[in-house]
Amino acid sequence: MATNLKKLGSILTKQASLVRRLSSSPSLASDGANGKSINLYTAINQALQIALDSDPRSYVFGEDVGFGGVFRCTTGLADQFGKHRVFNTPLCEQGIVGFGIGLAAMGNRAIAEIQFADYIFPAFDQIVNEAAKFRYRSGNEFNCGGLTVRAPYGAVGHGGHYHSQSPEAFFCHVPGIKVVIPRSPKEAKGLLLASIRDPNPVVFFEPKWLYRLAVEEVPEGDYTLPLSQAEVIREGSDITLVGWGAQLAVMEQACIDAEKEGISCELIDLRTLIPWDKETVEASVRKTGRLLISHEAPVTGGFGAEISASIVERCFLRLEAPVARVCGLDTPFPLVFEPFYMPTKNKILDAIKDTVNF
Amino acid sequence: MSLTRRTTTSLLKPLTTTTSLLTRRPYSTDNSTPITVETSVPFTGHNCDPPSRSITTTPSELMTFFTDMSLMRRMEIAADSLYKSKLIRGFCHLYDGQEAVCIGMESAITKKDCIITAYRDHCIFLGRGGSLLESFAELMGRQDGCSRGKGGSMHFYKKDAGFYGGHGIVGAQVPLGCGLAFAQKYKKDESVTFAMYGDGAANQGQLFEALNMAALWDLPAILVCENNHFIVEGVEFVDVRERDPIERIRKLILAHDLATEKELKDIEKQARKQVDEAIAKAKESPMPDESELFTNVYRKGYGVEVDGMDAFAVKQACKFAKEHALKNGPIILEMDTYRYHGHSMSDPGSTYRTRDEISGVRQERDPIERIRKLILAHDLATEKELKDIEKLARKQVDEAIAKAKESPMPDESELFTNVYRKGYGVESFGADRKELRATLP
Ligand SMILES: Cc1ncc(C[n+]2csc(CCOP(=O)(O)OP(=O)(O)O)c2C)c(N)n1
Ligand SMILES: [Mg+2]
Repeated sequence: MATNLKKLGSILTKQASLVRRLSSSPSLASDGANGKSINLYTAINQALQIALDSDPRSYVFGEDVGFGGVFRCTTGLADQFGKHRVFNTPLCEQGIVGFGIGLAAMGNRAIAEIQFADYIFPAFDQIVNEAAKFRYRSGNEFNCGGLTVRAPYGAVGHGGHYHSQSPEAFFCHVPGIKVVIPRSPKEAKGLLLASIRDPNPVVFFEPKWLYRLAVEEVPEGDYTLPLSQAEVIREGSDITLVGWGAQLAVMEQACIDAEKEGISCELIDLRTLIPWDKETVEASVRKTGRLLISHEAPVTGGFGAEISASIVERCFLRLEAPVARVCGLDTPFPLVFEPFYMPTKNKILDAIKDTVNF
Repeated sequence: MSLTRRTTTSLLKPLTTTTSLLTRRPYSTDNSTPITVETSVPFTGHNCDPPSRSITTTPSELMTFFTDMSLMRRMEIAADSLYKSKLIRGFCHLYDGQEAVCIGMESAITKKDCIITAYRDHCIFLGRGGSLLESFAELMGRQDGCSRGKGGSMHFYKKDAGFYGGHGIVGAQVPLGCGLAFAQKYKKDESVTFAMYGDGAANQGQLFEALNMAALWDLPAILVCENNHFIVEGVEFVDVRERDPIERIRKLILAHDLATEKELKDIEKQARKQVDEAIAKAKESPMPDESELFTNVYRKGYGVEVDGMDAFAVKQACKFAKEHALKNGPIILEMDTYRYHGHSMSDPGSTYRTRDEISGVRQERDPIERIRKLILAHDLATEKELKDIEKLARKQVDEAIAKAKESPMPDESELFTNVYRKGYGVESFGADRKELRATLP
């Protein structure tokens, strides 16, 4: 196995620098925008600015957000809106989210930042047991729909065990919250504003690899993009690829390479993971007859498993090959050999060919 | 690896330089001639009488402190440049400025005592007897690293010296420390656990849970808060002090000329007197019934505030705390310290503080300079000899780096090892579930 890995490793390391060039990709960038070219963290910043401006009952808080946050997403907001609306919290994630639930329960928009998705776990109980069930268990007397929890997620190339994880699947197992992940600056702004205004608590994961890297034209004004609506970002006829967030850039590269070999791929951005848009995925798979899902989180128990099961239920007779999953390996996120762990372009390309030639 | 109290050995392996230096000094004939030093600032005790400010040391201990701290400082500076040249990946948090906490603590305890800390762990590892090679190899993700290259900067460990690492989640290590202390209490071997955390971590709920458990079960746990006054970008308690309600009222009173500063001071003195009298009376009141053990969890909120830039103050406090913990259960030590570098390598550390602030601390409170002055004052070595020790530290660090660079990367198969215990036969898959299929060893 070691030799196999080694072979693959050398391919992967060569490829590592090629993946994730989202900004230059024309089809991933949303069209119709005629704003300024900005990166993803600036788009997030704009969304927060608009949220604070358009609703006096909205608040932004978290570790270091008063200083702009470690990824600069909240730069300038404390100056503009005051320290009573944009403020630092102590270092206590469980407290941050619990506090946000209370704030939201009084009819406010509580926008909490967790510094890295890896640190959302101390707040897991508050999200799963308090936020998600508040409406249900009170028979709709109370809710914390104004709560949005933002957290940067995913690999950055060398983040190691605790600055790289993709914990979205844990939250997709929790009816009562929504999970949203954008792929690009324009998407990020519209989806974040939609999440903030959605009457349900939302966990919003931001692809931190793309904060600076992804640049596209983003409308300057206020706009939202619909939740629970997937988007076909590349049309094709041989195989359907489903992903979200930063992984779409990698999948897009694989689609381009596959096309050179005569395989036509349809690429879908799920955008909202729960409740997810089964219809769009189903319609696509009915057309192509094949499905590949790719995410950075470990394959076992990942959200890809859920998509796979649902689509098999709906399209069993139409499928021409087993559903393929190209995901993170079933190991903790490694410090060394990150390229081995990652669902890279070549792994996806291999799986596309395998599936099409099944 | 000696498990005994380390007072004369030094991290620098060739001790010869140090000893030969000393042979030319009056103290050389007896390296253990006691010297008495005074801590720079008094301790503040919380619910306990603080330890004495005067501490007895020896020439050899002073020299060891200097040598070891110089080595730690050099190691961190070298790590800084290795990171900048991309030989260290991942996140890297440096300890320079805080060395006295580690050195003072080690000199007060044995390797039977346990230490557990967060991600700022390089020097703690060195203090526990870890080698430079293991440190640099780990930093660069090589096989010879203390965690076989799989942990990196934040995850150093040394089991044979009771060092339980190197934790990435802020605050998570402290309850673990209580578990260690419980196990130690069972062993009845008079050992304790030092659970270290930062001023930021002090905000985590887990910390209070841990302290409560430790108090409930009288665990020999010492919670060491390394208050370096920064939490990533500098959210500090000082913020709160600025908003002190009493200070606000004081300003108002003075502004409106309602009383003089002196009169206000007198009021405070009076308040203090009343409180002291009440305490004296309260002390005469009998202890609560045993059954109340579970109702008042802060019954045992003991603590000492320590100048964490003074290795001797730290040593004294740790000795005191260990005795206290073995007799009375947990105690908190708040070490007032300072980090020179930014929070991690992605923080330049210059946006939330001035250069003057940093150089002020370097001039007035630097833990190594403090020891240098003591050595010179007691004529234990010349300036030149101390410079030589620093040069030697530099040389050893450079040699260790060179060696570490030769250490190979871990084998690729290591990606799959240690997920579960060996021999469980758990399968792990590669991307295509065929080619890369492997059974975990
Ligand atoms: C649960 C959790 N939240 C947030 C972080 C990110 N983080 C890493 S270190 C740190 C600041 C900790 O400050 P402090 O406890 O004072 O330790 P210091 O870095 O000063 O040694 C933060 C917020 C984390 N590692 N874990
Ligand atoms: Mg700190």
